[in-house]
Amino acid sequence: MTDTTATSTERPPVLLQVDDLKKHFPIFGGALNRQVGAVQAVDGVSFEVRRGETLGIVGESGCGKSTTAKLLMHLIEPDAGAISVGGEEVRRGRRGLREMRRRMQMVFQDSYASLNPRLTIEDTIAFGPKVHGVPVKVAKQRARDFLAKVGLDPNSFIRRYPHELSGGQRQRVNIARALALEPDIVILDEAVSALDKSVEAQVLNLLMDLKRDFDLTYLFISHDLNVVHYVSDRVLVMYLGKVVEVGPVEMLYTASQHPYTRALLSAMPAMDPDKRATEPPLAGDPPNPINPPPGCRFHTRCVHAEEVCKLKEPFLTRVAGEGHFSACHMAIEGSGHSQAPQRVAA
Amino acid sequence: MLAYIIRRILYVIPISLGVTIIAFALVHIAPGDPLNAVVGADAPAEVVEKLKRDYGFDQPLPFQYARWLGRALTGDLGNSVVNNQPVAASLAIAVPNTLMLAITATLIGFVLGACLGGLAGYFQGTWIDKIATGFGVTGVSVPHYWLGIVLVIIFAVEFNVLPAMGMGPGGSAGWEWNWTHLRHLVLPAITLSVIPCGIITRTVRATVAEILSQEFVQALHAKGLLHGRVMLHIIKNAAPTVLAVMGLQLGYLLGGSILVETVFNWPGTGYLLNDAIFRRDIPTLQGTILVLAMFFVVLNLAVDILQTAVDPRMRRS
Amino acid sequence: MTDTTINDASVDTAQVVVSSRGYWATVARRVRRDPVTLFFGAVVLLIILSAVFAPLLAPADPYKASMILRLKPLGTEGHLLGTDETGRDMLSRLLYGGRLSLFMGIMPVLYALVIGGALGIIAGFVGGATNMAIMRTMDVFYAFPSVLLAIAISGALGAGIGNAVLSLTLVFIPPLARVAESVTTQVRKLDYVEAARASGAGSLTIIRVHVLANVLGSIFIYATSLISVSIILASGLSFLGLGVKPPEPEWGLMLNTLRQAIYVNPTIAALPGVAIFITSLSFNLLSDGLRSAMDVRI
Repeated sequence: MTDTTATSTERPPVLLQVDDLKKHFPIFGGALNRQVGAVQAVDGVSFEVRRGETLGIVGESGCGKSTTAKLLMHLIEPDAGAISVGGEEVRRGRRGLREMRRRMQMVFQDSYASLNPRLTIEDTIAFGPKVHGVPVKVAKQRARDFLAKVGLDPNSFIRRYPHELSGGQRQRVNIARALALEPDIVILDEAVSALDKSVEAQVLNLLMDLKRDFDLTYLFISHDLNVVHYVSDRVLVMYLGKVVEVGPVEMLYTASQHPYTRALLSAMPAMDPDKRATEPPLAGDPPNPINPPPGCRFHTRCVHAEEVCKLKEPFLTRVAGEGHFSACHMAIEGSGHSQAPQRVAA
Repeated sequence: MLAYIIRRILYVIPISLGVTIIAFALVHIAPGDPLNAVVGADAPAEVVEKLKRDYGFDQPLPFQYARWLGRALTGDLGNSVVNNQPVAASLAIAVPNTLMLAITATLIGFVLGACLGGLAGYFQGTWIDKIATGFGVTGVSVPHYWLGIVLVIIFAVEFNVLPAMGMGPGGSAGWEWNWTHLRHLVLPAITLSVIPCGIITRTVRATVAEILSQEFVQALHAKGLLHGRVMLHIIKNAAPTVLAVMGLQLGYLLGGSILVETVFNWPGTGYLLNDAIFRRDIPTLQGTILVLAMFFVVLNLAVDILQTAVDPRMRRS
Repeated sequence: MTDTTINDASVDTAQVVVSSRGYWATVARRVRRDPVTLFFGAVVLLIILSAVFAPLLAPADPYKASMILRLKPLGTEGHLLGTDETGRDMLSRLLYGGRLSLFMGIMPVLYALVIGGALGIIAGFVGGATNMAIMRTMDVFYAFPSVLLAIAISGALGAGIGNAVLSLTLVFIPPLARVAESVTTQVRKLDYVEAARASGAGSLTIIRVHVLANVLGSIFIYATSLISVSIILASGLSFLGLGVKPPEPEWGLMLNTLRQAIYVNPTIAALPGVAIFITSLSFNLLSDGLRSAMDVRI
């Protein structure tokens, strides 16, 4: 991936850089409660996000999307890997962590669970600024301002409690709470997935407006490919804790190189019959992440799987277009897969 | 499940060690020189010296603990300060008496509690429920040592139909399974049964009410197939919980019987404890506490394992 | 929830007439509609007030004995509830006795609420090895039936109010810590705590603003249910001669010293137990009522 950064003189700077992020959750069992295995939730994920862009992250549930989000926020500690925000690496225990948490904010999926039921909307939104030393009066004013920004009338909402709000209203409050810290990056972890379709569209439009108004950068995590298509500039596809494909949104949706991405896209309800993909949809569930299959993790469900896929793990390799990468032996020159591009003799 | 059971059994080891540490500490939290707690203040000087060496009171605490634990493991719980008899010997007499009382009380509490709780749950919301529930609350709120006195006043003093004290003409040594002796068991056992009775009433009522509210039971209701099958179902579902509660209650009664045994002069561990407290006989106190607590630990283990065996969903951590 | 989401846009900005109501307001409204809880709440209040104002209410000196007035029955002239085995006024002694009995019953629960609650919240919030260390220590105390543990500790320490309160405090710390730990562990996993952490807040701030308000209710309710047990146990210790020493008036001790009188005047002998029973029952039913009133997901 390093070669993309080299050609980026006129592109905006990299705001978030993630290198080889790993998180394995240990599994305990047996009579003595010893570690008997580990869920490889996130296993060597690398990507970057440039200022002002929206990176969509898609994948089936359990693929490590949400774990990645929590690792980025340092809500859980990575086993390995580095996260840099604005060029500065963030580690636990450093003073940088708090500042990082101001620059990067997150909106959770469950709009109800992510609001403290005992706090008024005002206290919820003002909490973050207060933590960062903003005087109480200013923080409260900020709560009013941001409520208005997310389309809720401060006068009628400021004194209310979460249970008095609808799902859409609560998610707007969650967005206001995230924005009140004036972050550069907002991670939206399935932020609209739990909403009704009509409400979802409204909140999505609100997010687009806010991005423009506040010059935000989004990390948009979702299992809904339609929504990701709509909001993202680039899309990253995850499977069992690994990145399988990443690329500019149109390139990925029209010329995806990884069979998993193609299978996901073919399962997507498309309006236009011409766009229906040729790939058969996915069958069965993803394999158990406790003992992921060797080689390419997708080979157990892949129609193109060959011997090499079971033996050798494919690495992200640049494919056809600018900034388009795929981790599939069919895209790797000379990988040994029958459909791989042939190595040109020197 | 087997892994869980093995883990649960292994977990008894640290818990037992903790229990022995607390029991050991009792001698040392007693005010004054720990030696006073062992021999009494008026012992002759040479006895004091000998004991000091025997007990190793001049050595560091962990050392003393290891020594004491080693003795306890071989059944040597020290000697009573009062009569110099081995504590283990007194316990061998007292423990069966307490067990007899506690088991009888648990059984009474179970039968009464199951009936009351079943009625209350079945007729939920009616006056039967209110009376049964009220009885349950009363059972857990009543000071049973007072209830014992009230029962003595009614049945021994006013009507003179049951004995007020002791285990019968010959004490615990002459116990026989006949009415002359069993008469003595009636009042203390009933007194002690009110707490498990109240708790079992609550448990059974909640379980029955929950089962009756389930959809398939209501479906059976609609088909007019209620009584036999639903009863069976209730018993099957309520049994694990109720048995677990009962097992734990038996354990609590081993400790709780001290007050009732005092009221009725029942020669069990409670009476022994009370006497030891009164005479500041710390070795007896320590030995009795240790044995009762170990009983409780083993009982807890048995309840957990039985429960897991009956219903693997209900694992207590 | 779903009924309002349909027209989200129109509802979003519209003035909603439902007035804001916090959690405690809802609880209070529920309690007001529950006559049983209200009644026993009033009884508890009455018992506490009569103990506090015992010096004003008591008709006689609770320590003043009289050889000729021993064990007079109920309704004796000047002694409404009769006299005890040394001729002291029972009513006065019961009123004064409430002070010690309530003190010895409530204080251990309060101390244990603070200590056990703090230990449980720390264990639940920090998790990991800290949780293991705290909760496994609690498990050891759990290995004793509560009555036995109280008697063991105060038996070794010797008689006295302070020792009785200390031993009962030790008895109630483990169950309170367990409850505090389990609710804190649940709350800690909720998204709003994660969100607060994501705001950059430190652990203490998160506990103060986001955890305490959501766990204290459950811990507090559990503690009130312990008061009933505590009063019975505290009086039980005095009954065994382990709590209050004579001639102080205390219900458990009075019950003990009056045991010799059951053949002479059984009603008087049973009176202190009635006081313990009513107090314990009232606390029990009050806490039951509060529990169901607070069991709301608003």
